[in-house]
Amino acid sequence: MADIVLDKVSKKFPDGTIAVRDVDLEIADGEFVILVGPSGCGKSTTLNMIAGLEDISSGELRIGGERVNDKAPRDRDIAMVFQSYALYPNMTVRENMAFPLRLAKLDKETITRKVEEAAKVLELTPLLDRKPANLSGGQRQRVAMGRAIVRQPKAFLMDEPLSNLDAKLRVQMRTVVSRLQKQLATTTVYVTHDQTEAMTLGDRVVIMRGGAIQQVGPPQELYDHPNNLFVAGFIGSPSMNFLTATVDEGRLRTALGDVPIGDRIRRELEGADAPRDLILGIRPEHFEDAELIDEETRRRGAEFTAPVDIVESMGSDKYVYLSVEGERATSAELEELAADAGAADFSGAGSNLVTRLSAESTVTEGEDRRVWFNLEKIHLFDPSDGRNLTLHEGRAAGALAD
Amino acid sequence: MADTTTRAKVRWGLLDLAVVVFALTPVLWIMSLSFKTPATLTDGKFIPREWTLENYRTIFATDQFVRALVNSIGIALIATSIAVVLGAMAAYAISRLDFPGKRMLIGVSLLIAMFPQVSLVSPLFEIERQLGLFDTWPGLILPYITFALPLAIYTLSAFFKQIPWDLEKAAKMDGATQGQAFRRVIAPLAAPGLFTTAILVFIFCWNDFLFAISLTSTERSRTVPVALSFFTGASQFEDPTGAICAAAVVITVPIILFVLFFQRRIVSGLTSGAVKG
Ligand SMILES: Nc1ncnc2c1ncn2[C@@H]1O[C@H](COP(=O)(O)OP(=O)(O)O)[C@@H](O)[C@H]1O
Ligand SMILES: [Mg+2]
Repeated sequence: MADIVLDKVSKKFPDGTIAVRDVDLEIADGEFVILVGPSGCGKSTTLNMIAGLEDISSGELRIGGERVNDKAPRDRDIAMVFQSYALYPNMTVRENMAFPLRLAKLDKETITRKVEEAAKVLELTPLLDRKPANLSGGQRQRVAMGRAIVRQPKAFLMDEPLSNLDAKLRVQMRTVVSRLQKQLATTTVYVTHDQTEAMTLGDRVVIMRGGAIQQVGPPQELYDHPNNLFVAGFIGSPSMNFLTATVDEGRLRTALGDVPIGDRIRRELEGADAPRDLILGIRPEHFEDAELIDEETRRRGAEFTAPVDIVESMGSDKYVYLSVEGERATSAELEELAADAGAADFSGAGSNLVTRLSAESTVTEGEDRRVWFNLEKIHLFDPSDGRNLTLHEGRAAGALAD
Repeated sequence: MADTTTRAKVRWGLLDLAVVVFALTPVLWIMSLSFKTPATLTDGKFIPREWTLENYRTIFATDQFVRALVNSIGIALIATSIAVVLGAMAAYAISRLDFPGKRMLIGVSLLIAMFPQVSLVSPLFEIERQLGLFDTWPGLILPYITFALPLAIYTLSAFFKQIPWDLEKAAKMDGATQGQAFRRVIAPLAAPGLFTTAILVFIFCWNDFLFAISLTSTERSRTVPVALSFFTGASQFEDPTGAICAAAVVITVPIILFVLFFQRRIVSGLTSGAVKG
């Protein structure tokens, strides 16, 4: 077991692509860290550099305090689980799992014992003598995990290990991975492009975009206090709503009506080069049916009326889609996120607001509904660089903070 | 349901039979001729009226044929092994690495494969005489390798390309050196490709007549196809047709054995199950 430190690590491919730039990351011993970001952001390249499958162009990589930039994968003592599983098709499950041990020249009894232990943990015992071709996707995935854990390496690297499974199996395997990692307490770096996996699995999440780290932190912190527009839009499902907001006479003009701002934000916006147009972000759960809230809560927010498009009742709560007037917020980050989600075609004037209201709400499709939203949970972003203006010492404090 | 499957089976059976008969008739005819006596050779009957092993006795009685058989087997086996080993290395590099001059290498090997062999025979004859390679085993092995290599490289790189890259990476992560990864993971998976290539190259060498007749002059290195053309039968006045047929049957046997031996190893879909999708 060991800690992993990336010190200004960059990767430039021979064709000039800079896939990873100046990544600084310290992964503690036994920690479970998730690298997440849209496809092509350099997650796999980062992982492959840790593995030793790709050279490091500049910077330093230390595992257990030792510089390993120039060490071959076999000398780094780390195991990897591939998205494709990469099982050896000519070997049985037993031979697949024994392969790393045989290369390490362990004696026969030790190999048998270790393989059987690992098989038991992953419930693979009845499958030990099958070939990978005769296994289901989930079973293959478990064999791939088994091959990684069997030799008790210093660290595990996993590159989208669950993305080839169907949705139900993925949820199931997620808990398996999580439990296994806790049980073995081995440093793990896990790559995924699925923000749900990132939120549910890791101790800490690293959000990457275009080869650079955007933010590192525990999942809840990224959710509540996003550094910038990209992180805010990437984390959360359904994702945060974004609207344009114009600064005018100490207030924000938005499609949800005028929003008052506190002293701190006002000071931020006083500078000569401060932006006039902002992007306002608010998560679906920070809306509520105006009929259902008490006076105390009402004072912390503002209200607006909008036509109801669609109501999706989830039983525990209701997803309500509202249409609001006004321009849709645009920025490089938002376009990238939309492209990644494959949802570049939110066409039409105005924008759609996704809200999550209490199940008791009597909202119906087609009516105009009065809806309340929480001003303390609003984020304001600078469209030019995506910076979160409401963030103060790493904490988001809403629009009203003094 | 059962009815249609039986009918489908019958239809397919008839079709298969037609193909097999069409393909095998010339071979069977030669076999039949090889068992006939000189007197009944031209009677036009498919089943010999009088069976005889005389033709086989004749060819094995002469040193000429046995020598040629040894030459053929030796030369073909050596050329095949060298071509497959070199071809495997080249194909592996082509399918796995991006190195300067890769396109040119592929282009040149394609050029060699398309070059008309007959136009090379006279220069080769001169060169080999100067170098003292004329009428020796290496004198045939070298040109065979040259012409078999492009074939080997093409077939093998197609096979290597099918093997997922991830397997090699996985082997490296599991603690294998580059050599161990190739030997223990890649080579077993490429085995069907290696055997297929070996069969194709062996048949190419075994069947060659052009180089063999131009680059040999004595029994020292003459191969079977050439020896057959010099066949005279037991005495000068005897018609050698029966003996030639017997020799033709004998030389197809190694090919059949070679194919049968390797075919069992060509298990299709060996890579299935390595990766999903
Ligand atoms: N061998 C390579 N040569 C050139 N560019 C590459 C190579 N491998 C990956 N890239 C580029 O590097 C970037 C990051 O790739 P990757 O790490 O695979 O992304 P991710 O795993 O986050 O989807 C992409 O833009 C990709 O096109
Ligand atoms: Mg990737």
